[in-house]
Amino acid sequence: MAHPTSSPRPLHLGVDLSDAGAHPAAWRTHGSQAQRLFDAERLQHLVDTAQRGTLDLVVIDDSFSLQPTRSTTLRGRLDAALVAARLAPRSRGIGLVPTVATTHTEPFHVSKAIATIDHVSGGRAGWQLGWSSDDADAGHFGRGAALSEAAAVAEAEEAVEVVSALWDSWEDDAEIRDRETHRYVDRAKLHYVEHDGVHFAVKGPSITPRPPQGQPPIVVRVGSDESFGLAARHADLVRISATSRDEALDLRLRLRAAAAAAGREPGDLRVLVDAFVVTGPDQASARARLDLLTELEGVRWDTDSLTHVGTARELTDTFLSWWEIGAVDGFVVRPSSLHTDLDVLVDGVVPMLRTARAFREHYNGPTLRDQLGLRNPANRYAAIA
Amino acid sequence: MTTPRKQVHLGAHFPGVNNTTVWSDPRSGSQIDFASFEHLARRAEAAHLDFFFLAEGLRLREHKGQIHDLDVVGRPDTLPVLAALAAVTDRIGLAGTINTTFNEPWELARQFATLDLLSGGRAAWNLVTSSDAFTGENFRRGGFLPHEQRYERAAELVQVARALWDSWDDDAVVAHARTGQFVRPGSVREVRHEGPHFQVRGEFTTPRGPQGHPVLFQAGDSADGRDFAAATADVVFSAHSTFEAGKAFFADVKGRLAAHRRTPDQLLILPATTVVLGATAQEAAERSHEIRLQQVPGPTAIAFLEQVWGRDLTDHDPEGPLPRIEPDVENLDITRGRVRHVKDPRAIAGAWRAQADANGWSIRRLVIEVTSRGGFVGTATQVADAIDRHVQEDASDGFILVPHLTPAGLDDVFDQVVPLLQERGSFRTEYAGTTLRDHLGLTRPAPRNTRSYADRALVG
Repeated sequence: MAHPTSSPRPLHLGVDLSDAGAHPAAWRTHGSQAQRLFDAERLQHLVDTAQRGTLDLVVIDDSFSLQPTRSTTLRGRLDAALVAARLAPRSRGIGLVPTVATTHTEPFHVSKAIATIDHVSGGRAGWQLGWSSDDADAGHFGRGAALSEAAAVAEAEEAVEVVSALWDSWEDDAEIRDRETHRYVDRAKLHYVEHDGVHFAVKGPSITPRPPQGQPPIVVRVGSDESFGLAARHADLVRISATSRDEALDLRLRLRAAAAAAGREPGDLRVLVDAFVVTGPDQASARARLDLLTELEGVRWDTDSLTHVGTARELTDTFLSWWEIGAVDGFVVRPSSLHTDLDVLVDGVVPMLRTARAFREHYNGPTLRDQLGLRNPANRYAAIA
Repeated sequence: MTTPRKQVHLGAHFPGVNNTTVWSDPRSGSQIDFASFEHLARRAEAAHLDFFFLAEGLRLREHKGQIHDLDVVGRPDTLPVLAALAAVTDRIGLAGTINTTFNEPWELARQFATLDLLSGGRAAWNLVTSSDAFTGENFRRGGFLPHEQRYERAAELVQVARALWDSWDDDAVVAHARTGQFVRPGSVREVRHEGPHFQVRGEFTTPRGPQGHPVLFQAGDSADGRDFAAATADVVFSAHSTFEAGKAFFADVKGRLAAHRRTPDQLLILPATTVVLGATAQEAAERSHEIRLQQVPGPTAIAFLEQVWGRDLTDHDPEGPLPRIEPDVENLDITRGRVRHVKDPRAIAGAWRAQADANGWSIRRLVIEVTSRGGFVGTATQVADAIDRHVQEDASDGFILVPHLTPAGLDDVFDQVVPLLQERGSFRTEYAGTTLRDHLGLTRPAPRNTRSYADRALVG
């Protein structure tokens, strides 16, 4: 296979650090450290590994309900935003992307939480936008029946607009510390967002100064027509599910067209496909690992996207073949077992991608936007000043 | 046989968004960069303090209809900062203020359980309530709450949070790979709560933290607030830092505990205070005066007076006499987003004028005098003596130390005062335990009788 010697469009790689891995039985495998599932040092070690492979980002899933799918015997989850904050001081280069849902959480809180993760990480926060149409979630908040998917997405879209405006509500140079006049801030550079919408009325400004990236990248998972539209209008990074290269290509092109139709520069969109991964030194052992996992929990592994069972070499070739034709900008790897497949990704796949000149040798800069090749956006309020 | 000395408990307060914090000093660092938070937390931990403390405010303060720009403005979000500090410290408690009015118990309980797990049992929650429609403009839910319902709602919120924390047994996670049992059958229970303020049902997502419940701080000073603290809190963040007021407050609050079947050692009283050191008492007093001048520059003095006068006074010279014009009693919410209640402005104005005239004080000098809260000023030995006396004689169980400089404003206290307290056996030289409850001498709450909740097991 011919590889380009250099690419103007580098490959992006993220890894999902949720639970013990993407397979429901991952926690039961040798070395999973399931006893330490809620231990910060286990998570720190995983981030260290991902950072060793100069991956773009880690994503941490979240939900207000206890393993809502119930396809696994695993139980329990931490607040993803606080996990991301906990991982920030002792990591460098790698993006930290928690899921925060807007259905039951105030946009003002979301805004300052993500902004603060961006501050404590020196510009490495992202926000995977979540929403809930789940009855159990609604019951935790005394809110009766859950919203429909369409209503939850519509509310999430308005929440993104509020959060984004709050991030801009401080201009970057608002803090002046002027000893002459004894003014700490130039209040002309603090802005009321004055949002008065369908779901929210939020005055502003934020209590937290503008995050280092200006706007931390927004990640949207596309799984419906509604979320497709939301992603095209607001996402910097779109996670899609696709089982074939052609399906991914079609979806990526449609997303870019929809972004352009919404007045955005399609080149500012990064489309990553979820890749479920079971690795082994050869085909047979990878297959045997999956068989063992299946046997352990007695459930079939229902993946809804690219699923690779095989060697690191084969996975590298798949990644390259999807990427080279422009089907994707990269992948969010969902290791069947974090403790096994993440190591293979970092120590097996990444070096081969580097050899193919498809993946970075070093981090491009300190921020997540640096890794994604996205400039910090101008402040909407400064622009009209 | 002698009884062991009472132990002093100390917290380190990150400088806040008020005029106590001097931002104009050349040594003053960032209020936002993580390095500032890390500096204070690490230095406090090296001195074996009980906890680091971070306050919260959910709307920028306004004065005369504009954002108040004379004090520090802006702060990061409390809980992510505490979670990040857990990565760079090992033992020190991590306490933060979170307003209950604009949050739901499910989410708060989850966040504090997470912080407790991520920090190895060091989380503390300073629970405040608000009936503040001004702050409410930043939120879709919450906002105005009749004053008398504030503690009622807070008490119910704590009740729900505790039910959620108790809904997982301590040993719920067994993670038996061979049998496929991740949680012990029956060890995770559904919570059902139907109350006037909250209706909550479901299976909580997060295991019980190392402390069982995070340490609960409470700061209210009204009779309702004191009762709420006596019934519910582990620590009272008090404003009564002088010896006499401290003794009265201490006796009052600890006296309320018996009615709730609690003992005096189950609730610690920790007033906020400041410390100014000098090689001599004279030098310390001079430094203290310098700091007060930094804290109250001319425009700050005028703005403070405007809160009482209810009108613009910028045409007055802060170094000149007090205004002769009377307060505008119709305009008492000239400043919004801060806790200060002016009951009778004309009487206050009259008293201040008389005080200033009698002493020959300028506006600025008067404001410095009437806003001084005492604090400890002296040599390291004098300050250590005073802190120890407060604790040994039941004026407090220790203090929350509020520096005027970010981030190194307490370094001299850690270096000079703490060793003296350690020498006299009043302060730890090593952390004896790993959790904040250990440091504070608080017992770990046992899981409650689970029969009060629905008994349906998740995994049968």
